[in-house]
Amino acid sequence: MSETGGWPAGHPPSVPAPVPTERQPILELRSISKHFGAVQALSSVDFEVYPAEVVALVGDNGAGKSTLVKTMAGINIPDSGEIWFEGKHVAIHGPREPAALGISTVYQDLALCDNLDVVANLYLGREEIQPPVPLLSEERMEHRAREVLTSLDVKIPSVRNPVAALSGGQRQSVAVARSVMWKAKVVMLDEPTAALGVQQTKQVLELVLRLRNQGLGVILISHNLANVFEVADRIVVLRLGRRVGTFDRSKMSEEAVVAAITGAEFGKFQPQA
Amino acid sequence: MSVAAAPQVSLRETLLTPWRRIRSGDIGSLPVLAGLVLIWAVFDILNPNFLTPLNLTNLTVQITDIGLVSTGIVLVLLLGEIDLSVGSVYGLGSAVMAVLNVKMGISAVPAVIGGILTGTLIGLLHGFWFTRFRIPSFVVTLAGLLAWFGLQLRVLGETGTINIYDPNIDALAGKFFSPAFGWALAAVVVAILTVELFVRRRRRATAGLVQNVLVLELGGLVAVAAAIFVATGVLASDRGVPLALLILLGFIVTFDLITKRTRFGRHIYAVGGNAEAARRAGISVNGIRIAVFAIAGTMAAIGGILGASRLLAVNYSSGTGDILLDAIAAAVIGGTSLFGGRGTVWSALTGSLVIGSIGNGLALLSVSADIKYMITGAVLLAAVTIDGVARQGRQRAGL
Ligand SMILES: Nc1ncnc2c1ncn2[C@@H]1O[C@H](COP(=O)(O)OP(=O)(O)OP(=O)(O)O)[C@@H](O)[C@H]1O
Ligand SMILES: [Mg+2]
Repeated sequence: MSETGGWPAGHPPSVPAPVPTERQPILELRSISKHFGAVQALSSVDFEVYPAEVVALVGDNGAGKSTLVKTMAGINIPDSGEIWFEGKHVAIHGPREPAALGISTVYQDLALCDNLDVVANLYLGREEIQPPVPLLSEERMEHRAREVLTSLDVKIPSVRNPVAALSGGQRQSVAVARSVMWKAKVVMLDEPTAALGVQQTKQVLELVLRLRNQGLGVILISHNLANVFEVADRIVVLRLGRRVGTFDRSKMSEEAVVAAITGAEFGKFQPQA
Repeated sequence: MSVAAAPQVSLRETLLTPWRRIRSGDIGSLPVLAGLVLIWAVFDILNPNFLTPLNLTNLTVQITDIGLVSTGIVLVLLLGEIDLSVGSVYGLGSAVMAVLNVKMGISAVPAVIGGILTGTLIGLLHGFWFTRFRIPSFVVTLAGLLAWFGLQLRVLGETGTINIYDPNIDALAGKFFSPAFGWALAAVVVAILTVELFVRRRRRATAGLVQNVLVLELGGLVAVAAAIFVATGVLASDRGVPLALLILLGFIVTFDLITKRTRFGRHIYAVGGNAEAARRAGISVNGIRIAVFAIAGTMAAIGGILGASRLLAVNYSSGTGDILLDAIAAAVIGGTSLFGGRGTVWSALTGSLVIGSIGNGLALLSVSADIKYMITGAVLLAAVTIDGVARQGRQRAGL
């Protein structure tokens, strides 16, 4: 599989990239295709994320970013292609399997239940019970929820308020917190900063770096290239369902990435090295 | 990571919480309780016989079948779905029970179980059809409304009416427990509620969580205890505590516990709030839906059996007429949203009390059926308007 899709072969691997190619990806997609009716959302896309790296997935609206994330999350079942996790071929038929592997996702639409409170949303699908009786263990869950929110510096008036009563930024923070509640190895964030103010955005980006430093593979989707350049170790560009470019940190330039995203003039901005 | 645990929620927070709930579209049970007080006050002024132990005892027995059916409807509404077949399932369940018991000579317990399981199977079928073929639930259950009514006519056969003589079936709606039993039961319930409150506070303290203001929690407990004892006193000064009421309360308490305190119940709310989010969280959305439709069918059949026990007969018209609409209206009047994910099982009781009180009070005033239908319709309209306005407010707030 090609490590440098949009990069001319034979380009000297100058500075040792933060992602040595001999390392094993923690999560790897091979030749994934997916169509919705007449729309070919993904065409034979390879994708990989290594432990302790932030890989940004960029591309124009409709490029297939969310579809790729949903494939890894078990929400979309691809038409063809393979998913490998920690060097093993894994079969993914639904959202439970990625969750069990330690792949968690913050969806673009947040996927929160507005009618439930913050604690219930953080534990959605993973509620804890008090063993002898099958009743929810509300105190334990609330305690843990407050811990996680505090550790992420998320300020919420009360964790017992329904999520519907929170601001857009607070809701986004809850969605991010949910993805790191469990021992995740890969965290995917689909536009996690889209609804956030400056301060909250900074916190999410700091969180992204903290996750990477803890050894997680982080996949970040964002239309904000400034944010991407701030935290990404690698950038993968999708255009019309195809992977058209890969940039290591040392070789990223805003012009080259934009050119790859838009497809226009691609090649003009190639290595200025 | 240590959490700086504020020992107590501020008074301001406490007072704001219900307001936030209402703003999030959850109107709660305050409007219906206020409405109930108003209705009772009006009827008491118009006819002093309304608020007598005799009449109130009759009222509690009159609402049990609607309340039981409505309990199932609440769960279906929490999913954001609807079940239009419950009237027919009410009729068919009672018909199966009557045929087994009267025509085939099977004893009361297996006959009742047979009637109930009929409802369960029908509910499973509705749930399966709805999830498997992705047909809107109101269409699937509308087909059920027709088909099961047809089956009811068929099961009842040519005679059309089956009279019930079995004393055990009669007892379901006809038995009253002695006042002493009633007081003992009331005392036990209040004791359990008290212990529960303090155990919960202890657990929260141990987990370092914020506490609600103790005085307010105790105030709530005292209010509930007072309501229980007053109700017991009223019933005790007439014939005692009706078994039918205990059956209704038993189901409501059980389903309240299930919906609020178990994973299954949490998942019902999740599916009703955002089915796609529930699916992504790994919840078996279709499994939840099928289970809830099975419960709705079961509760409809149980309601039908209670209704048959009250009238001591099953006939062609059992389950027709007002049952379906009253059960849905009760759930909505009680504060359960038509839009899914918001409400509690208790709305089956409070809503049935409102509808039952209107029917009972107007009957005492010898007002004819035309007025009763118009008033019930107006109350339902008021309830759905409150529900709709709450939802609009939520959407306007961009939530
Ligand atoms: N469930 C679906 N049904 C039909 N078409 C879909 C579905 N999901 C995605 N698509 C189509 O697949 C293509 C890729 O969509 P996708 O959501 O992955 O884009 P994206 O890169 O995430 O875009 P954005 O930046 O706007 O979020 C689009 O043409 C979209 O219309
Ligand atoms: Mg997207």
